Amino acid sequence: MKNSIISLLLLARRHRVATVLLFLLVFPFLMPYDALSVNILIFGLYAVGFNLLFGYTGMLSFGHAAFLGVGGYLAGIAVVHGGWPWWAAIVTGVAASCLAGVVIGYLAIRTRGIYFSMVTLALAQIMYYVFYKAEDWTGGENGLRGVRVESIKLPGLSIDFINPLNKYYVILVFVALALWFVSRILNSPFGAVIEAIRENEKRAAACGYDVARAKLLVFVLSAGICGLAGALRALHLSIVPIDSLHYLQSGQAVMMCLLGGMGTFFGPFVGAAVFMYLEDVVTNLTRYWMGAVGMVFMVFVLFFPKGIWGTLVHQMERWLRRQGDRA
Amino acid sequence: MFDITPQLFALQLMTGIALGAVYALLAIGLSLIFGMLTVVNFAHGAFFMVGAFLGIYSIALTGSFWFSLLLVPLATGAIGLVCERFLVRPLYGRGLDYPLLLTFGLSYVMIDVMRFTFGIEGLPTSTPPDLRGAVFLGFGYFPLYRLFLIAATAVIVLGLWLFIEKTRYGLIIRAGSRDPEIVKVLGIDIARVWWLVFGIGTAIAGLSGLLAAPTRAVNPEMGIPILAESFVVTVVGGMGSLPGAVVAGLLVGVVFSMTSLLAPEYAELSIFVLMAVVLLIRPQGFFGKAGLMS
Amino acid sequence: MTLSNDHFNSGRRSLIVGGAAVAVAPTLFNVAQAQGATIKIGFPVPLTGPYSSEAQDQVRCAELAIKEFNESGGFNGRKAELLVRDTKLNPGEAATRALELIEKDKVDFMAGSLSAATQLSINAVCRDRKVLFNSISQSDTINEVKDWSMYTFHEALNPHLTAGAVARYAFPKFGKKVVYLTADYAYGQEMVRGFQRAGQSMGMQTLADIRHPIGTADFSAFLPRIQSLKPDILVMNNFGRDQLNAAKQATDFGLKATTKIIAPILLYTARQAGGPEAFEGILGGTSYYWGMEDKVPAAKAFNDKYRKAYGGGVPSDYGALGYAGVRSILQAVREAKSTDSMKVSIALRQMHYNSYKGDQFYRKCDHQSVQSVVIVESKSKNMKDKYDVFNVLAIEPANEKNLRSCEELGHKIST
Repeated sequence: MKNSIISLLLLARRHRVATVLLFLLVFPFLMPYDALSVNILIFGLYAVGFNLLFGYTGMLSFGHAAFLGVGGYLAGIAVVHGGWPWWAAIVTGVAASCLAGVVIGYLAIRTRGIYFSMVTLALAQIMYYVFYKAEDWTGGENGLRGVRVESIKLPGLSIDFINPLNKYYVILVFVALALWFVSRILNSPFGAVIEAIRENEKRAAACGYDVARAKLLVFVLSAGICGLAGALRALHLSIVPIDSLHYLQSGQAVMMCLLGGMGTFFGPFVGAAVFMYLEDVVTNLTRYWMGAVGMVFMVFVLFFPKGIWGTLVHQMERWLRRQGDRA
Repeated sequence: MFDITPQLFALQLMTGIALGAVYALLAIGLSLIFGMLTVVNFAHGAFFMVGAFLGIYSIALTGSFWFSLLLVPLATGAIGLVCERFLVRPLYGRGLDYPLLLTFGLSYVMIDVMRFTFGIEGLPTSTPPDLRGAVFLGFGYFPLYRLFLIAATAVIVLGLWLFIEKTRYGLIIRAGSRDPEIVKVLGIDIARVWWLVFGIGTAIAGLSGLLAAPTRAVNPEMGIPILAESFVVTVVGGMGSLPGAVVAGLLVGVVFSMTSLLAPEYAELSIFVLMAVVLLIRPQGFFGKAGLMS
Repeated sequence: MTLSNDHFNSGRRSLIVGGAAVAVAPTLFNVAQAQGATIKIGFPVPLTGPYSSEAQDQVRCAELAIKEFNESGGFNGRKAELLVRDTKLNPGEAATRALELIEKDKVDFMAGSLSAATQLSINAVCRDRKVLFNSISQSDTINEVKDWSMYTFHEALNPHLTAGAVARYAFPKFGKKVVYLTADYAYGQEMVRGFQRAGQSMGMQTLADIRHPIGTADFSAFLPRIQSLKPDILVMNNFGRDQLNAAKQATDFGLKATTKIIAPILLYTARQAGGPEAFEGILGGTSYYWGMEDKVPAAKAFNDKYRKAYGGGVPSDYGALGYAGVRSILQAVREAKSTDSMKVSIALRQMHYNSYKGDQFYRKCDHQSVQSVVIVESKSKNMKDKYDVFNVLAIEPANEKNLRSCEELGHKIST
C-alpha cells in the first residue's frame, strides 16, 4: 500500500502539469458555484504568472495589476470596438500585455530591491490613470461593458459560452496551456538561471549569465501570463472593471502567492483558491472580512512562510526522502 | 487660459505647503522606520487613520485639542510598540519582504478594527475653536488652522532633529542605522532601539492623523490613498533620510497644489509621474544614502 | 442584513461531503423549487465599504416591500424572498455576485445596487441571461442604448434630471455666475451637463468647471482659485465622501460668506455623518426625504411602515429606492400573472404606481422611472430631533420633458 502511494506521488511530481489538470477537471464540483471556480482559475493563473517573477526570480513587483488590466482591456476593446472574435481578443490581450511588460520591464529592471517595487507601483498607477481617462475606449470609471461572447464556434462544434460549466472548461483549456508553458520554462536551463538570480544575483552574473536580459525576459513572460488571465477575465465577466489596474489588485497577487507558497509550481494556484474561497465564505459570515483575511495572512507570514502548498510539498518531500533512506 | 494673479499663485503655494506638511510628517515616520529597521511599513496609513479616530475620541472625552496632541502620539506609539514586539520582530533576518507583507496584513486588520469600534461611516470633525477663522496674509485670506499645521510640523521636525542630532539616544539611533553590528558589540541592545524607533515612527503617524483630521473627512479608509502618496514622498526624498522626507513632502504638496490649479484632473497622476521620474533618474531620491539620518 | 440560509448551507455541504453528495444536492433543490417555490429577488449591494450605511438601509426597506407582498397573499400563494449579497462596491465583484445569484441561486429577478459602475456591470450580466434588473441608484449611462435592454429598468433618478431640477430651482434665485467643482468621472460629467443644459435658457455664465480626481481628500488645492473667481454659485458635482470633504473645506475657507453652495444630490446619510456645520446652508436635490410626509400622503404611509417595522427611525433616500425597486417588480408580477422576466418587463412598461412619493411610471424607450425630485436645504438650527436635518424647499413634479430625449439617448422612437 505504502509503495503504491510513494510511486503515485513520484509520478505526480514528475508529471505535475497533468496532476494539476486532473484536479482542475473535477474542481468545479467541489466549489459552491461555478462563477467562483472560474474566478479561481483566472486568479490562479494571475498568481502563477506573478510567481514566476516573485517566487522564482525574487523580484517583488507591486504593479502587476497593470498586466492583468491591459490584457483585459485590450481583449475587451477588440470585442467591443473591433467586433473581433473571441480568439483574436485573447491574442490581442496577451500581445498587449507582453508589450506593456517590455516597456515597464525595461524601465523597472534598472532598479533593484525596494526601489524596484516602488517603480512598478508608480508605473502601474500611471497606467491606471491613462486607462481611466481614455473613457471613449475603456468606459472610464464605469468600466468596459459589452464584452459579449455568447458562443464559441469551432469547426464542427458550437459551445454555449453562457453556460457556466462550459465556460469553465473552455477557460481551463487556456489555463492548462499556460501552466504547461510555465512548467516548460521552469524545467529549462532558463528556469535554472532565474532561480540562480534569485539566490545570488552577483554570482549569477559572475558565472557569465546576462542577468539584465534574463530579468527582462522573465518580466515579459510573467506579464504575458497575467495578461492572459486578464483577457480570460474579460470574457468571463463580460466587463472589464477599472480597478483591475489598481495597486490593491497587485497586492492581492502577493497575498495569494504567499498564502499558497512562493517558488512552488502549484502553490500560487492553491493560494488563489484559498484566498478567493475564504473571501467568499467569510463575506457571508461577517462584514469584517477584510480584518479576517488580514489576520489569516499575518498568521501565514509569521508561522507558515512557505504557504499552504509549500509546507505540504516540503513535508511530502521529507517523508519521501525518509522512505527512500529506509528502502 | 484664465488669470493667474500673483495673489492666487501665492495662495496656491501656501495651500501646497500646508498639504506638504502632512506628507512630510508621514514620510518622516516611514523613513525613520525604513532607515533604522529596513522595514517598509505598509500599515503606516492605517496608523495615520487610527490617530485621527483616537484624536476625535480624545477631544470628545477630554474636551481639549491641545491635550489630545499629547495623548494621541502616545497611544499610537504604544500600539506600534506592541506590533513591533510581537509581529515584526520575529521576522527579522527572513528577508526584506516579510515585514512588508506582515504590515500589509496588519493594515487590513486595523481598518476593520476601527470600523468595528467607531462604525463604518466615520466621525464628523470640526476645527478646534481656538484655531478657527482665516488670516489675511497680504495676498489673500488663508485658514488659520492650516497655518497652525505648518507651524506644528515645523516644531515637530525641529524637535526630532534636536533629538537625533543632540541627544545621546539620538546618537545611538544614528549609529544603529549606520552599523548595527558595532552598536551591539558596544553593549547596546539594538533590538530595543529598533523597538523604540518603530514606536516613534507610528507615534508621528498618529499625530499627523490628528493634525490632518480637521481638514478632511475621517473614515476608516482614509489611510489608503495617503499611503501611496507617502511612498511617493519617501521615495523622492530618499528612503531613510529625514531632511529628504521634509523637502520631498513639501515638494510633493506644492506639485499637487500647482497641478490642481493648472490641470486639476491630472493632479494625482502628476505625483506618480514625479515618483517614476525620480526613481528612474536617481533611485535613491534627493537625499538618500543607504539607511542614514541627516 | 438578511442572507439566504440556503447559500451558506450548500457551501458547507460541498466542502464536507464531496463529489458524490454534491451531485445529489442540486436534485434536492430542484424538487423544492417545483413545489410552489418562492419568488427570488437577488439584491447585490455594497454592504461593506464607504456606502455601507446606505446599502443597509436599502436592504431594510427592500425587506419591507417583501414583507408587504407576502402578507397580502403573495402571488398564487407563492411568497417572495430577498437574496442579499455584498458587492463590496466593486464592479468585478458585483458581476461575480450577479453570476452566482443567477446560475446557482436561480433568482427570478435582480434589484440593486449603489454606484454607477456596479449597476452597469450587474446589468451586463443580467441582460445576457435574460433576467430582469431594476437598478436603484443614479446613472445616466444606463438609459443609453448601449447598455439598455428589455430587461433593464431604472428606478432611481438620473444625474441629468437631478441636476436639472436643482438648476431650475436655484439658478434664478442666486445669481448668474457659476463655478463647477466636478468629480472627474462619468457621474460628475453627467451632472455638469444637466446643470449647463438647464442653465442655458436662464443666461447662466460658467466661470470655470474644475475637475478633481475622484476620491480627493483634500480640496484645499482648488479653493483659492474658486475664491478668486468670486462666483455667485458654487456647484459641487460630487458624491458621498468627496462631497463631505469639499463641503467641510469650503466652509473652512470661508467660501459660504460670498457664494451659495449647491449640490445636485444631498444624501441623508452623508449629512448625518458629516454633521451640521459642514453642510449648513447647502442646497441640493434628492429622490426622497422623510420630511416630505406632511406634503405627500404616500410618503407618510411609507414612513409609518418603516417606523413600525424598525422601531422609530426614518428611511433614507436610497432606502426608499430599495423599497420602490423591489415593490415595482412584485407589483408587476401580479399584473403580469407570471414570473417570467419578459412578461414582467411588458407589465412594468405599462404600469402606473405610487409607492412612496407620488405617481410614477417607466418611460417606454429607456425604462427610466419618471418621478419627482425633492429640493432640500441642510440646516443646523431649529432641528426638532436627530432626523430633522433638511428643510424641504420644493418638490419638482414628475415630468417626462425634464429627461433627455429618446433620440439623444440613441433609442429609435417606436418602442
